[in-house]
Amino acid sequence: MKAFITVIGADRIGIIAAVSGLLAAEKINIEDISQTILQGNFTMIMAVSFSEDAKPIDEIAHLLREKGDEMGLDISIRHMAIFEAMHRI
Amino acid sequence: MINKYEIIETVQMINERHLDIRTITMGVSLLDCIGTTSKATARKVYDKVVRSAKDLVTTGDKIGEMYGVPIVNKRVSVTPISLIGASHLNYLDLACALDKAAAEIGVNFIGGYTALVQKGATAYETALIESIPEALSITKRVCSSVNVASTRAGINMNVICRLGEIIRRTAIATASESSIGCAKFVVFANAVEDNPFMAGAFHGVGEGDRIINVGVSGPGVVKTALESIPDGNLDDVCEIIKRTAFKVTRVGQLVAQTAAKMLDAQFGIVDLSLAPTPAAGDSVARILEEIGLEQVGGAGTTACLALLNDAVKKGGIMASSHVGGLSGAFIPVSEDIGMIEAADSGALSLEKLEAMTAVCSVGLDMIAIPGDTPAEIISAIIADEISIGVVNNKTTAVRLIPVIGKDVGEYVEFGGLLGHAPIMKVSKISPKKFISRGGRIAAPLHSNRN
Repeated sequence: MKAFITVIGADRIGIIAAVSGLLAAEKINIEDISQTILQGNFTMIMAVSFSEDAKPIDEIAHLLREKGDEMGLDISIRHMAIFEAMHRI
Repeated sequence: MINKYEIIETVQMINERHLDIRTITMGVSLLDCIGTTSKATARKVYDKVVRSAKDLVTTGDKIGEMYGVPIVNKRVSVTPISLIGASHLNYLDLACALDKAAAEIGVNFIGGYTALVQKGATAYETALIESIPEALSITKRVCSSVNVASTRAGINMNVICRLGEIIRRTAIATASESSIGCAKFVVFANAVEDNPFMAGAFHGVGEGDRIINVGVSGPGVVKTALESIPDGNLDDVCEIIKRTAFKVTRVGQLVAQTAAKMLDAQFGIVDLSLAPTPAAGDSVARILEEIGLEQVGGAGTTACLALLNDAVKKGGIMASSHVGGLSGAFIPVSEDIGMIEAADSGALSLEKLEAMTAVCSVGLDMIAIPGDTPAEIISAIIADEISIGVVNNKTTAVRLIPVIGKDVGEYVEFGGLLGHAPIMKVSKISPKKFISRGGRIAAPLHSNRN
């Protein structure tokens, strides 16, 4: 199962380390990372894939949101299907 | 592969522009719940609703987390209760059973306290209609509707005459809560059997046992898209609305299919709606103003709304395999900050609202009127609005709230998604003789359309 994680907020040391550490512990593989500055905000996009024994996406969404709250960032995860539905016919 | 701009666009539509799924509504057939006594029927109704929809809220929340899109409401609609209670006429037991079941499964509204009487009302349907004021005052979550007309059957004026009084009684019975009972009651022409939106949702007898219908939203997304073409012509305006509606509806289709699968129910329809909320940035009126009106309600409003409504449907229709419900732009006054402001400043009148309903979805919706408005005037407003639906072969509806103790110039606060509104002026010219005549208005001619 594939998903995209978006991290939005002020740039700071340790964002990738914190998110990738959490993902490694939860058995989620990072396939791609890109970063950009959007309207003055640091925006990171990660393409990830869930291993078979990873937790369901709603639980991971909760963990990422907690991590985001801790770091003052908006961190969210969305199943690949919503992007494909909206942007591909 | 999805590129980063597409990902960011989706995230911004959800985070900043209020793209959401307005409702996942499960339609539940109660035809197998008719028992020998009213108590037995009520027990079966409660059991079936709870059994069918016990996982609706948790599943809706899970899907919301999975796709990162808010799913604002999870609701249930049921078979018209006038049919389920027909053999014993004790409808209040059924209203209480529905209310209790809704509370048990955690949904804020359950729709279907309904009678379909477009051609004639039986004794049992009349009994249900007469029980509406009490049913809406002793329950919190039950929503009620009556279909009084159709393009094929014409208009049942006997019932419309009665409903003016029923709405007044409902207002009085819930006077201590700003007459909120009336916000849970809709009068329809050409009611649809698969509408996911409250208060008018019911589960038609032609539907399956358990159906998932989804209503999308996103006025803020459309407005923001329009801001990118401040000087575009109306062809450009239509094009950008269509593209946006397509994307919004695709999310609805995805959520509906996922919900149907997870809940082991049949996928019914996606309702392509622009449904506003009182939150800033979630207003249909603001879209019309973005197209180029100084304020909604002025000249040009009906044309802009016609354009918007049609473009939303054209954009959405290809995005879903089954489109239904009330699909179109909604213009509930108390639930849309731009409409509230226009009503407040006098830019928007009841008469202009009526004209607007000829070209968009639903009808005279969530309009607060003086508490002393006579029953026959309420009936006549209903008759006017219903005529628009019948002649134009579309669904129209009326949800008026005569707020007891309040008059023009005052405000009413309903709270939550129901919003707040100024009390609007109503013509006092008496339609008493017309309404008291009773009878039916015949179905309109469908040739020589002028």
